[in-house]
Amino acid sequence: MSSTIIETDPDATLLPERIRRFPFPFANDTYRYSANVEPATKDAPTEAGSWGTHLVDIDEHYLDELAERAKVLERDASRVNVLPHMRGSVWDALITLLSSMADDYPDTMSFHRAGNICRWHNGLQNLDIEFTVGDDSSLPGGPMRFLGSQIQDDIILLDVREDTLWLDAGLVTFAADWSFGFDVGMNFTEIHHPVPRVNEERIVSRAEQFLLRLQPGEQFRRTNWTMTIGRRLDTSTETYPEWGPDRSTIADDPALPEKLHLRVEVQHLIRLPHSGALLFLVRTHLLPLSDIARVPAWRERMGHVLAELPDDMAAYKGIIRYRKAASDWLLGR
Amino acid sequence: MTAIALQPQVHPAVEGGLHLEVTGISRQTESIVSITFAAPEGGRLPSYVPGSHLVVQYGSGVNAYSLTGSGNAPSEYTISVLRVDEGAGGSVAMHRLSVGDRVNVSRPRSAFAPASTASHHLLVAAGIGVTPILSHARAAVERGNTASMIYVHRPDAGAHVTEARELLGPGLTALVECTSRDSFQSVLAEALITQPLGTHLYVCGPVVFMDAVLEEARSQGWSSARLHSEAFGATELDAGEPFTVHLARSGVSLEVPAGVSLLETLESAGKTIPNMCRKGICGECVLPVLRGAPQHRDLYLSDQEKAENTTMMCCVSRSNDPELELDL
Ligand code: FES
Repeated sequence: MSSTIIETDPDATLLPERIRRFPFPFANDTYRYSANVEPATKDAPTEAGSWGTHLVDIDEHYLDELAERAKVLERDASRVNVLPHMRGSVWDALITLLSSMADDYPDTMSFHRAGNICRWHNGLQNLDIEFTVGDDSSLPGGPMRFLGSQIQDDIILLDVREDTLWLDAGLVTFAADWSFGFDVGMNFTEIHHPVPRVNEERIVSRAEQFLLRLQPGEQFRRTNWTMTIGRRLDTSTETYPEWGPDRSTIADDPALPEKLHLRVEVQHLIRLPHSGALLFLVRTHLLPLSDIARVPAWRERMGHVLAELPDDMAAYKGIIRYRKAASDWLLGR
Repeated sequence: MTAIALQPQVHPAVEGGLHLEVTGISRQTESIVSITFAAPEGGRLPSYVPGSHLVVQYGSGVNAYSLTGSGNAPSEYTISVLRVDEGAGGSVAMHRLSVGDRVNVSRPRSAFAPASTASHHLLVAAGIGVTPILSHARAAVERGNTASMIYVHRPDAGAHVTEARELLGPGLTALVECTSRDSFQSVLAEALITQPLGTHLYVCGPVVFMDAVLEEARSQGWSSARLHSEAFGATELDAGEPFTVHLARSGVSLEVPAGVSLLETLESAGKTIPNMCRKGICGECVLPVLRGAPQHRDLYLSDQEKAENTTMMCCVSRSNDPELELDL
């Protein structure tokens, strides 16, 4: 494997956009869970460029990913669900995100509202549409399906009641080894139950307290990461038979650097203005190790992180069988 | 322009908020006035959760007032203010506002939200407590939910009575006005035992009134999860007392005023303190404490760590002692 030739670009401006805008998540040579939240829409510099100025990030994969999402939804209706009391929150999320996109991408998008009548223009899709807030039939597939056709992010809505958060609506096609259909209707603690270490370290209860205290209109973000074999967005529990077996063969695969991807989720946490529900957006970015290695600082840091990661965390992330092969390659061993 | 509109300093409680113009004043009763605000340049204001309040600056102080609209894509905000002559002066200042005055206000803050899963909303208001209740009634009508309202006010002195009556229909299915304590007692007693399953109750008014209503509901078997009362300011950290911080290694002392965080104080003194959330959750802004007892207001440190008083999160925490010494 060490015979792979890597082209490293010391001059970051020569790197392709997918690398320059990648939200590389490691600040140190070791990684542990933390409530690494910060205010949203703040430019985050990396060794290769920067990311994070926009709430909804649109990149070169926009049309491809939305087409892939449409296929997933066609195959499996359990990826979208809106419990009846969440209808208003879905509309709230839609209005909030469409206006934010129109502000951020004025050359391609626009949003106008007069009373409850709205007009949305999306030049990337040649789409011009008029709809009425609150009238589900005024949008193809209803407001949740429609929102899922406009942004690359997975969408989760948490209701706030009895001082607890409840996962009561969402559209999730690109889950990283979990099942939206299984989790829907659960509360915050139940959803996070399987994550090792987080209960001991009180991260979940702390995060929930933080979210409950967010005021309408406030927006925060955090990153999370794992690894995926192939450029595969849908790694939900439902499709495990398709992607699970790759985990045991990748370590010996000479194409490991091209196949193995660092998977980074940029998660936004938004308290919606009118419904008060929490909107949780998960945008998935994938970058192969061969691209990571083009940024020397990334290559080294990620190599160390993988080598040092405690076994229980590596097992939960599903990377335990190949993390040594990956770190060896990154560190040139 | 009156003197109230000249607000040389933005109060910390309304920082990052909105600068609005008074566009309408209407007298509701002898002692209650409604004030409408809009953006000076026109246009839409942030939507808000029904039952939200606005923090409004008057001179050097601030007061919170409930918004009376449904909160759906508003182009103006309306509050109603009861004049309290023996109060801190906020309500008197509000009563002096006139059309064209400019005020600093916070973004709408939610602390009295409707429950999304309620099958029916029972709204109970006394006096000026009608303001957030009216917001709930309007939202219920707009959202296609059902609500009923009991409103206690003095004879011929009810604010927003006409508006409440106009809402009656398929959304607001009942409005009972009570002008005496006795009639209210029997109306409430009856209402508490005849509500549909899954009803949530919301009450706003004087504290003793709210306590009595909640107490009676509990004694009728209502669970706390279905009872809601307006509690201003419950969701925000208060400004805190001023204190002095001594930085042992730099040999300087800084004053931390009320309403300004220790982190902000250190930053304006030129110190760079790592931080992420500025909300007491991420753990980035931890500082070693050498002397004094911090007033811990964060979610990050464990109870044991808080008791040890050797570290503090400077973005939200303050001091119980007049002076703190930090290893900085
Ligand atoms: S900045 Fe996050 S705890 Fe202070």
